Amino acid sequence: METIYSKSVPGRRTTGLAPDPVKEGAAAFLPEGCLRKGLPGLPECSELDVVRHFTQLASKNFSVDGNFYPLGSCTMKYDPKINEVAAGLTGFTSLHPMLAQLANGQGCQGAMHVLYTLERSLCAITGMEAFTLQPMAGANGEFTGVAIIAAYHKSLGRDRRIMLIPDAAHGTNPASAAMAGFTVVELPSKDGMIDPEAIRAAIEKYGDSIAGLMMTCPNTLGLMEVHVKEIVELLHGIDALVYYDGANMNAILGKMRVGDAGFDVVHLNLHKTFATPHGGGGPGAGPVGVCERLIPFLPSPRITRKADGSYEFLTDAPQSIGKIGPFYGSFGVLLRAMAYIWRLGGEGLERVAEYAVLNANYMRVKLKDVLDIPYDRLCMHEFVASAPHGLRALDLAKGLLERGFHAPTIYFPLLVHECLMPEPTETESKQTLDAFCDALADIVAKGREHPEELAAAPHGLPVTRMDETEAARGMHLTEDM
Amino acid sequence: MPYIPHTEAERDAMLKTVGVASLDDLFVDIAQDLRPKSFLASAGLPEQEVRTLCEELAARNTRVLSFLGAGFYDHYIPAAVDALAGQSAFVTAYTPYQAECSQGTLQAIYEFQTAIARLTELDCANASLYDGGTALFEACTMCVRSAKKRTKIVLDEGINPIWRRMLATYARNLPVDFVLVPLKNGVSDKEALKAAIDDETAGVAVQNPNFFGVVDDYSDVFAAARDKKALSVISVNPVLLSVLKTPGAMGADIAVGEGQPLGQPLDFGGPYLGLMACKKALVRQMPGRLVGRTHDTEGRTGYVLTLQAREQHIRRSKATSNICSNQNLCALRALVYLSLMGPQGLRDVAENSIANAHLAAREIVNGIEGASLLNDAPFGNEVAIRLPVPADVLVQRCLVRHKCVPGYPAGRDFEGMENVLIVACTEKNTEGQVGILLDAIRDVIAWIGQDELCQARG
Amino acid sequence: MSNPADLKYSKSHEWVRVEGDEATVGITAFAQDSLGDITYVEAPAVDDTVSAEGECGSIESVKAASDLVSPVSGTVVAVNEALESAPEVINKDPYGEGWIFRVKVSELSGDLMDAAAYDAFCEQEGH
Repeated sequence: METIYSKSVPGRRTTGLAPDPVKEGAAAFLPEGCLRKGLPGLPECSELDVVRHFTQLASKNFSVDGNFYPLGSCTMKYDPKINEVAAGLTGFTSLHPMLAQLANGQGCQGAMHVLYTLERSLCAITGMEAFTLQPMAGANGEFTGVAIIAAYHKSLGRDRRIMLIPDAAHGTNPASAAMAGFTVVELPSKDGMIDPEAIRAAIEKYGDSIAGLMMTCPNTLGLMEVHVKEIVELLHGIDALVYYDGANMNAILGKMRVGDAGFDVVHLNLHKTFATPHGGGGPGAGPVGVCERLIPFLPSPRITRKADGSYEFLTDAPQSIGKIGPFYGSFGVLLRAMAYIWRLGGEGLERVAEYAVLNANYMRVKLKDVLDIPYDRLCMHEFVASAPHGLRALDLAKGLLERGFHAPTIYFPLLVHECLMPEPTETESKQTLDAFCDALADIVAKGREHPEELAAAPHGLPVTRMDETEAARGMHLTEDM
Repeated sequence: MPYIPHTEAERDAMLKTVGVASLDDLFVDIAQDLRPKSFLASAGLPEQEVRTLCEELAARNTRVLSFLGAGFYDHYIPAAVDALAGQSAFVTAYTPYQAECSQGTLQAIYEFQTAIARLTELDCANASLYDGGTALFEACTMCVRSAKKRTKIVLDEGINPIWRRMLATYARNLPVDFVLVPLKNGVSDKEALKAAIDDETAGVAVQNPNFFGVVDDYSDVFAAARDKKALSVISVNPVLLSVLKTPGAMGADIAVGEGQPLGQPLDFGGPYLGLMACKKALVRQMPGRLVGRTHDTEGRTGYVLTLQAREQHIRRSKATSNICSNQNLCALRALVYLSLMGPQGLRDVAENSIANAHLAAREIVNGIEGASLLNDAPFGNEVAIRLPVPADVLVQRCLVRHKCVPGYPAGRDFEGMENVLIVACTEKNTEGQVGILLDAIRDVIAWIGQDELCQARG
Repeated sequence: MSNPADLKYSKSHEWVRVEGDEATVGITAFAQDSLGDITYVEAPAVDDTVSAEGECGSIESVKAASDLVSPVSGTVVAVNEALESAPEVINKDPYGEGWIFRVKVSELSGDLMDAAAYDAFCEQEGH
């Protein structure tokens, strides 16, 4: 499809979106040396040109609203429309964030109630003592969490440089740890789990240079870590902190609170567990919860409720790691998550975990004879499988696209051969799961007979497979003028 | 159960397939003593009640007449931005890993990258970062990575204090050393900036217009950086780029900025949009997603995520950054906004905002006794004015008495600036609003005068 | 796979050809094959000092990245500039046109293999 730039016609525009040109342009106020030469090369289009262009673009996407989207570790559940209505209210959208700081929260009490209530709700859901809503995505929350761990050890005059991370962790974990100045030591998994013996060995070797451990639970194979208590005890034994990556929180809502289990820091992905839309890659939100002794290190400002029931921001926190985002987090995203939590309540959230896990296990059993399932046991909200009979995970993924299903996550975790990782979420019906499993069975059967046809999939979509090598070597990242 | 479609019969059938007796049996791997003793106590609400609750809370926020900017501006957002960026095929998709079913998102990112590169007159732009502050931080680490063994970043004090605080947070445990070059009465001290750039310097970072609204040309500072083999970073306001000398024209290596003015509501602090563009030679040092143009097996043009070897899922602890998303929907809003406005429309927004700020400055200086411009430097849509009263008190009183926020009190971040108010205008703050602002300031100054008189009398 | 007999090989899949006091370095056929289509080579610059078993650059493909580890210590005297615009040369001719840099050697890594040993090493790694 042509780009918006190629649809541009010199001189065409939609008037009345901006005010009329002023008599005294910028040249009247600014020296010539500070001015731009010529206009920027933006599209010159009518409003209908623009509307049609972006409507046609939208039709080239799969989405949760249009397709089953079982992308593992992404929790692509249905995003309720009421959340969008709430987030679109002018009383929220028009609010300048600095207003709250200028007059001690006056004029912003409604928005601050949302922030405070969400923070308290997340505490109740996770068992943590306090939350910051500032982090603007999951990875941003990870950085916040490990920066808090660094600040904690520094405050005690310790030089702890090592962060333990299981080999199956998401790539963001080691990248976030590195940004906070840590050296990453990878822990080998055993039977798909963190092996307490590997932690003992690491403690033996590195002793009290270990600052902490980052773990995802259920882990990236979709399995519950069964040694949680032992792992936490081992690390606490050397006063190292345990970080909970909340990527897979959807599986344990109401079934386990990470605070009760002894985790010291946790980040949640509101765009996964709490049904805010993924937006094609963002914006998300990655609030971070901490245990009591880490509260002083949380980013500033923090919100508090005064005796008279009104809210204010506190900025006086000498040990705070500082500012993670410009204000109080991605408010629009936080508000959607709050609306979701209000709608579901505690009981509704517990049902989420139950049906997410039921759906994943149902699919796992239904696909037993279709795919190779390396961990043939109860899974949590997702599971891993290998493409069978020498077929490639990539080809199965493309075959699914051709049949109107988004593909599961593929080639992650790396330690599973030709890996597919489906995560159905609780919002999908049995009929959808059945149809998906049937399609996959059909793809595998046909792929065995005619591998060359599967290798050419998908057909019937806006494009066929793309030449990624050409993209990387050619580096055409912008349209030429 | 909202949003869970299973009938009881289906649930039972599925449990049977799985081979467990009850839903709780699916959780045998969570030890009983780890089960929660308490959980979120509140009950779920019907949709209607959630809507009412949210509407009531929204109504508890005060609608104000605002001249507050400080990096975040209330421009008009055309109706088509919400309509187009709100399409559920954009909203409820995820990262375009599977290119064949994500061409909508991918092509939009490519067009966004193009728009930002053209606005800044640099070679390429990424798919966006979280906000202006993290974009600035990432630009600083790009400088340090490129310079190999150099760690010093020269920072102009005119950079938004919020972002400077973010830099301190993010760089705290990294080998990056910031050297702050103070402003002179709200204006960049370019000689001091040049003098601060030495053989240890990885990069220099400035903001245009700066926090006080001052517009400058940093070409000579960037040339000095080039002489020392250091990189130049400039933080920009993308709307004003339609009239201001561009990062490319000034010889900057990296441009960053807060993309909020491009069609994003203020939304009490986010989500916002981090912009980043750079010269081609630096593209592999650039963090974040990138989309490239290529062809499919039938020779048709299409788009894919590219140069992923820079990113965390491949490089892990050696990645350019830990970011694994972009502010995609915000970037889409910005692209739709720019497409609707076009080059002339964007310039009209900028020139009206600038003209309104000059009108406001003139009116306040002429109409308020004891008020004067902080300096005589050229300014854009924001201007610093010295008042006869503390700006913080003025702002609070204006809000309470007139539901008007006259600007940002500079004394909150700059010593000796207690009486300085930074007044921002967009195209919305026209003559009539300036008139109301003037009345409000006049009234509050009189009130403060009386109050002081009362206090003096005891 | 035929690894030339006149070269030495490292465990991180670089090859080195020593001629007098100079050595030429590249990556092996096994390495380019596991990376896939190579899209970018970050080589050290002329006059850089490299140290044996130290990272001195990286190789990128569409889906992977791999550190370039120098098998020798010394000063870089030449870099294969052709790779800048045509990194695919490494895929086509890893032991010839696809060489990456040349060093004036001060010391070889002690841990290098001959072709036979490297063949066996790849056999082990690959399967």
